[in-house]
Amino acid sequence: MAECHPVGFQWVMEAKARGATIIHVDPRFTRTSALADIHVPLRAGTDIAFLGGLINHVLSRDLWFREYVMAYTNAPMIVREDFRDTEDLDGLFSGFAEQTRHYDPSTWQYEGADVAAAAGQRDQWALMHRDEEAGERSAAGRRTEKASSMETAGAAGGRFHGHPERDETLQHPRCVFQVLRRHFARYTPQLVADVCGITEREFERVADALTANSGRERTTAFAYGVGWTHHTVGVQYIRTAAILQLLLGNIGRPGGGILALRGHASIQGSTDIPTLFNILPGYLPMPHAHEHLDLDGYVSADAGSKGYWGNMDAYAVSLLKAWWGDVATADNEYCFGYLPRLTSSHSNYDTVVKQVEGSCEGYFLVGENPAVGTSNSRMNRFGLANLTWLVVRDFNMIESATFWKDGPEIDSGELTTEDIATEVFFLPAAAHVEKDGSFTNTQRMLQWHHKAVEPRGDQRSELWFYYHLGRIIREKLAGAVSRETPTPEQAERDRPILDLTWDYPTIGEFAEPDAEAVLAEISGWDGEGRPLSSYTQLRTDGSTRCGCWIYCGSYAEGVNQTARRKPGREQSWVAPEWGWAWPLNRRILYNRASADPDGAPWSERKAYLWWDAEQRKWVGHDVPDFQATKPPDYRPPTDAEREDAIGGSEPFIMQADGRGWLYVPTGLADGPMPAHYEPAESPVANLLYGQQANPARRVFPHRLNRYAPSGETPGSEVYPHVFTTYRLTEHHTAGGMSRWLPYLSELQPEFFCEVSPALAAERGLEHGGWATLVSPRAAIEARVLVTERMRPVTVGGHTIHQIGLPYHWGDNGLSTGDSANELLPIVLDPNVHIQPTKADTCDIRPGRRPRGRARLALVQEYQRRAGITAETGTEAVTRRGGPS
Amino acid sequence: MGVRAWIEGWPAVRQIAGRDPLGRGAAAKSDRSRMLRARTEDADRMVRSVCPYCAVGCGQQVYVSGERVVQIEGDPDSPVSRGRLCPKGAASHQLVTASDRQTAVRYRRPHGTEWEDLDLDTAMDMIADRVIETRRRTWEDTDENGRVLRRTLGFASLGGATLDNEENYLMKKLYTALGAVEIENQARI
Repeated sequence: MAECHPVGFQWVMEAKARGATIIHVDPRFTRTSALADIHVPLRAGTDIAFLGGLINHVLSRDLWFREYVMAYTNAPMIVREDFRDTEDLDGLFSGFAEQTRHYDPSTWQYEGADVAAAAGQRDQWALMHRDEEAGERSAAGRRTEKASSMETAGAAGGRFHGHPERDETLQHPRCVFQVLRRHFARYTPQLVADVCGITEREFERVADALTANSGRERTTAFAYGVGWTHHTVGVQYIRTAAILQLLLGNIGRPGGGILALRGHASIQGSTDIPTLFNILPGYLPMPHAHEHLDLDGYVSADAGSKGYWGNMDAYAVSLLKAWWGDVATADNEYCFGYLPRLTSSHSNYDTVVKQVEGSCEGYFLVGENPAVGTSNSRMNRFGLANLTWLVVRDFNMIESATFWKDGPEIDSGELTTEDIATEVFFLPAAAHVEKDGSFTNTQRMLQWHHKAVEPRGDQRSELWFYYHLGRIIREKLAGAVSRETPTPEQAERDRPILDLTWDYPTIGEFAEPDAEAVLAEISGWDGEGRPLSSYTQLRTDGSTRCGCWIYCGSYAEGVNQTARRKPGREQSWVAPEWGWAWPLNRRILYNRASADPDGAPWSERKAYLWWDAEQRKWVGHDVPDFQATKPPDYRPPTDAEREDAIGGSEPFIMQADGRGWLYVPTGLADGPMPAHYEPAESPVANLLYGQQANPARRVFPHRLNRYAPSGETPGSEVYPHVFTTYRLTEHHTAGGMSRWLPYLSELQPEFFCEVSPALAAERGLEHGGWATLVSPRAAIEARVLVTERMRPVTVGGHTIHQIGLPYHWGDNGLSTGDSANELLPIVLDPNVHIQPTKADTCDIRPGRRPRGRARLALVQEYQRRAGITAETGTEAVTRRGGPS
Repeated sequence: MGVRAWIEGWPAVRQIAGRDPLGRGAAAKSDRSRMLRARTEDADRMVRSVCPYCAVGCGQQVYVSGERVVQIEGDPDSPVSRGRLCPKGAASHQLVTASDRQTAVRYRRPHGTEWEDLDLDTAMDMIADRVIETRRRTWEDTDENGRVLRRTLGFASLGGATLDNEENYLMKKLYTALGAVEIENQARI
């Protein structure tokens, strides 16, 4: 955090100055470690074992927050009798089909009920029921449908069928609490030490500090970067932390929580208002071809009837009204039929494979540089070289714009410029000071940036580009209607574009669309055109329009709430009048949990929101993330729906049961609880289970994407070292915004690798000299930095060396070097389709890499020595001693 | 200037007579240094902004003179950052004013060996044509089982995490109306 979010880290130092214990868990010693009280240098890729050990510590020593867990979590729910744990099946949960690499979650359900998730694999529940009804459908067909999973911001929940059985004493052997206890019982300090390559003492210091700092009087926060999400079990990493924080009562309370330290100015915003394939604004799912044939089916398959997701129909109708305006009516289901349908995963890496195969003609790159910035960059470049047309919008001539002229494959002779048919348009982009607009930061806070100057030459904002591109396409299609009289089928296909509300006011000589007008549409209006102030005003009857329900109210009263800038020193420590946080300017989510079930603060010290019996409402330091006048003793009638079905002492209002989930009966693709698996490529065997890697991970067998043998599989010794990629303070992601800057390029002038003195001695690497790193995908070269910041770990009696690789480079710009991303495999977390960048395997040798064709020959020689075939590393189920 | 003032203006005299005996501060300061003024003081205006790099969201104050950005400072009013910027945020003046930043559209025709010039309006028109053609050619009304798809997988888009919410909104809205579903950004990378 001190390296990649240095200004945010000032608050960690403030906390330390006030007595907080700072713990840094990271394979590398960094500036964060230097300032922390405890640094735990665990082996890359073993966080679930470490966190699982902490869960076991909390459960086995009875250190959990009893009142919080009893009232606010699903600990008492009883799980079905036919559920089998990883303890029973050597690393698999019940329901895994090896042929399809997919879990059927039926056995994970509660006894007496099942529940549809509104996070993760939201249509898993609907598919489960559909599959029961239509047993004849092929398993393979179901598999491709299920591969398109959901992305939701922790807002889970869904509808119950039946009433789950509960045991409020937590003694029933199949209640979630006992299932959890058994599941993590083998995650002992000894095991954690063995798997993670640390000492038991190191583990116990963290366990003691964590538990001593949790409870009524104190709270502990977890902050993570993509070190947790970039794994084939990335979602389960976060789940493990969530279980731990729920057991300790650290969610929904000041100083608690699990904080994602995201790495781009509006990466949160581009998830909320998604440029992502599987969701619509506000985490509404994109409809699937199979079951969502109409609006009602779409809503009922994905929404719960209880909790706030019960209002999904109002959110969806208001979005459709924002997009298709007066054309959207009840009679035509508000143009629900205009939405394109998904049939499988259409994630970035699926697209890359399609590009290589030649079935994707066109590509827009908007502030992205996959030629060096994405895993297996080489495969990405082959995709770019196989397009018909490519539009690149950026500040500088990034590698993704120039690959056809000077890419590594031109050097190696694998591609020649004249043979590459890709038509390339490079359009220069406007910078943040040259346009109005809002960023959403990593705390869900929207902040407006004002235009300071006009862009120069052909530089334009994306707002300008997309508005005018849409305008021109609409004009051309409308012209075609009058001139050519298209077929009725074609006219029907064009209706969604021609009917789109696309009439934004423009400003200035460039006809820049008014960004505030777009924000106003996102925030929404009522039937009279008055700005909405809350998503609770959204209606199912088409009378409201709102482009993103969770942003509803960001333009309340016609005022740009995101541009509020009351100085921090002139307001409370929560600073509610700076910017605007979704939803409804709430700064801590689920803050009802900061009070006890009766509505009183857990302690004076940690008071944040509480029930005022005189005023009959929730009061405190923040906007209640709860119905403001719902008393703590409210008990919903059995037929209650939507938010009315949530009791007065149930803080998790997006969930159908109002509770935080220690165990996930539906919604995850790889199990209801986290289990430690080794990374897809690992030099060691899984000490916990015969199952080596996440069985449900998505693999992409391709000649450009070979995998290393893992664990005890022969050949794994050819790639004996673990490498982990990361950012430096002085550069930004793939370098498009930093490698062209003189100051930053002087501070970090070239690519390097960090190795320990022991590894340097073993492999003859010289500080300041060159090293070549080889994975089954590529060979790259880097300057050598020999440093004790990298520490070898001992696992199962073997020394494992870890190599650190900052990933900012490419051949263009002022600061140049090979891209670490060349080494990375495309193998994905099955929930969110994210690649592992933090723990993979490679070899390292002294000297520069070969040039020209010899570079590829070196990679192939390693592949041969390791015995790599198309099947290597793709096996789903494994048993001890190698693949089954 | 009188003789006395002239003598007292000597750095050596100032060093001996003043409060800077080591001559590292006020004693060594020249008249030119004394006359210098910060760019921020003389700027025509200051505009509030937000750092474009990571997701912490540090406040920035953008100083403009003669319709050019002359300096970017941290915003002391921000409760997030309290005036601080990291090396990247502090270098963002170079990001936006760099002389080698591209200002013109560049075009590479299929199989071409060099960049060519292209007018922005022409480029927009050509891109619109490419989208329309690809969309028509790759349109899918239904799948092999007759289920409605109403989409194109013929073109894809990558990007959004560095952009504004309003920009992402127009992108998703336009792409969805066009029937394009392979829309992704850095959140997946």
